[in-house]
Amino acid sequence: MKSCLVVDDSRVIRKVARKILEELEFEVVEAADGSEALEQCKSSMPDGILLDWNMPVMDGLEFLKAMRALDNGAHPKVVFCTTENDLEHIQEAIQSGADEYIMKPFDSEIVESKFHQVGLL
Amino acid sequence: MNVADFEMLSTLVKERSGLVLTQEKSYLLETRLMPVARRHGLKGLEELCQTIKQKNDKVLIEDVTEAMTTNESLFFRDQKPFDQFQNVVLPQLLVARAATRRIRIWSAACSSGQEPFSLCMLLKEMQAKMAGWKVEIVATDISPEMLNKAKAGLYTQFEVQRGLPIQLLVKYFKQTGDKWQLDAGLRSMVTFREFNLLDHPRILGNFDLVFCRNVLIYFDQPTKAHVLKGISDVLSKDGVLYLGGAETVLGVTDMFKPVVGQRGMYQHADGVPAIKTD
Ligand SMILES: C[S@@+](CC[C@H](N)C(=O)[O-])C[C@H]1O[C@@H](n2cnc3c(N)ncnc32)[C@H](O)[C@@H]1O
Repeated sequence: MKSCLVVDDSRVIRKVARKILEELEFEVVEAADGSEALEQCKSSMPDGILLDWNMPVMDGLEFLKAMRALDNGAHPKVVFCTTENDLEHIQEAIQSGADEYIMKPFDSEIVESKFHQVGLL
Repeated sequence: MNVADFEMLSTLVKERSGLVLTQEKSYLLETRLMPVARRHGLKGLEELCQTIKQKNDKVLIEDVTEAMTTNESLFFRDQKPFDQFQNVVLPQLLVARAATRRIRIWSAACSSGQEPFSLCMLLKEMQAKMAGWKVEIVATDISPEMLNKAKAGLYTQFEVQRGLPIQLLVKYFKQTGDKWQLDAGLRSMVTFREFNLLDHPRILGNFDLVFCRNVLIYFDQPTKAHVLKGISDVLSKDGVLYLGGAETVLGVTDMFKPVVGQRGMYQHADGVPAIKTD
């Protein structure tokens, strides 16, 4: 079973994402901000990460850069999932090591399609 | 809706487009045809049927047919056919057509354009190998509304997130308001034309590749056979036909056979395959 870390400061979004990912047979772990997520990755690196951008404490982009610098930080496929939907943000995310990008609002079909594209499904 | 009206509508739609409306789908009639009725200033489905019977109004009949067709499409639908195109079909064609350096591709039920445009993006990504080649993509559909949408190359945020890798979105689309528009350069690689698959495609010329995906599924057996016959007349001897994931030639026609080892791909039953499959 593959694991996926869901990073979002909204409990509702985490819950929705968890439901979708569990249906796709992922083992789901949650984090409410970037620094929590980074701790998670240090103790156990997930196969996939669904990542919000704007969060308190540490935002998604900062987390991504720090995570990629860890040993084994190249392993997870990172899919951004954010309301930031302009070209500049998308480009910055890709340059910083994101594999895919979901513009909110999202649904299960989009998540499935994107996870397919990065090879998690 | 009463049985006679249902029969009248389903006959009408089948004659015009080949589309089969089954009784189980009758619930769709209401939700899809009410907006059509309203647009034409008619009170309900009863009045709509009345008007069709009495006036034989061409525009109304077209709108009814259009409303009953499924236009759903997505970029790189099912992925596999596009991988095959890139890794198997195109490399072989580049050898087989080396003398003329000309390839013609037909997207036979292109809906809002995602299928031909996916091919354009792949071709663009391979442009180093394509120097000096002329690739013509003809994309057709019965629906003028879908063709207009395709020509504009304008997609919602939802549509560009289905099947389209983010790198290709960034590379080939521009954001305009809350929509995304494909590059004019890529759009100009496709010629869009209105064409009914019930008609003979010889007016479109001959093709090396035909994509006829996710449309035969709505037709009955004789209509499928009729459409496949037309395609076989315009497909080159070593050409390839792509059908959708739930479609096959088996039990429909013996003019085509599956390409061994390549799901969804078909070739002339007596054809020489340009496509080697080992
Ligand atoms: C479900 S879409 C398939 C789009 C695309 N080929 C794909 O696989 O994603 C089916 C399309 O077939 C078109 N269609 C239905 N009947 C047709 C006919 N008789 N001639 C041409 N196009 C037809 C519809 O207008 C619709 O756009």
